Amino acid sequence: MSNRAIPATYATRLGDNALVLGQRMIELVAASPELEEELANANFSLDYIGQARMFYTYAGECEGGGRSEDDFAFLRPEHEYRNLLLVEQPNGHFGDSTVRALLFESWYVLLLEALTQCADEGIAAIAARAIKEVRYHLRHSSQWLVRLGDGTEESHARVQASLDKLWRFTGEMFVADELDDAMLNEFNGPDLAAIELQWQKNVAAFVAEAKLEQPGDQWMASGGKQGKHTEHFGFLLAEMQHLQRVYPGAEW
Amino acid sequence: MSKQEWPLYEVFIRSHSGLSHRHAGSVHAADDEMALSNARDTYTRRSEGVSIWVVRSDQIIASDPAETAAFFEPAEDKIYRHPTFYEIPDEVENL
Repeated sequence: MSNRAIPATYATRLGDNALVLGQRMIELVAASPELEEELANANFSLDYIGQARMFYTYAGECEGGGRSEDDFAFLRPEHEYRNLLLVEQPNGHFGDSTVRALLFESWYVLLLEALTQCADEGIAAIAARAIKEVRYHLRHSSQWLVRLGDGTEESHARVQASLDKLWRFTGEMFVADELDDAMLNEFNGPDLAAIELQWQKNVAAFVAEAKLEQPGDQWMASGGKQGKHTEHFGFLLAEMQHLQRVYPGAEW
Repeated sequence: MSKQEWPLYEVFIRSHSGLSHRHAGSVHAADDEMALSNARDTYTRRSEGVSIWVVRSDQIIASDPAETAAFFEPAEDKIYRHPTFYEIPDEVENL
């Protein structure tokens, strides 16, 4: 890979995580249990979509081939998306979305923190902006985890089930592939092994405060980083890309 | 399942240039931390503020609208309490 190809591919992957989670949260717009939660969710999803736009635009610049942010978002097929399987999981109930956000954001803040120090200035600058948003998102999701886990008998049982169900998608976050290694070695990028240790510690603290049981070691799903997605992902893309596919170049 | 309303909180925001917090509106929240978050997400989306106070609405002691006359009208005819009531002598400088 040429020098610019590494940040381009890496920025695309970061954009994919942000866009797919943002799109999932957009699906919840007008469906929140409370008005205030509705605003928070919409704000957060727009934060993620904003991050995706920055990462894609930067990836396009690095490539130098004239691809725009819209080309990345709307004109790539499923197997070209390299987001984590965790972020594409369906919203489920409020506890499911909360746990999905918490597990991802606990990892994402650590990743962004490391990326602010990386040698690629473009990615470092976007990470520095994004981390402020995501720190607040994590504050929100972790408070909700505690509220639900340490809430009523029913909320406790339901959010425990969410945690058990989504846990198998966390392993993938820490398995470094060729691109992660290239970022680490050539651009002083994130060390996923170090992030895993810190993540385990932070998540264990949230889970304990929420009076939940941390799921034990188990089989972990993976494939997102290789473009092999869960069955839910095609539907998400179909809805998100429909308009640009049917009316190429449509604007409003 | 019956739907229970969360308690109401009043929100006060201090803007970038403002010296004091001003009442911005109110939010519903299940606890104090959530009230602060909801206030942030509802009232500072367009960077309106640098500081937020929230307080449970039922903790505010308010004057009774029925007593408005007794409370406020006596001040209305005391025009000598306003500085504009007094004429400033020409000899007084720097005022």
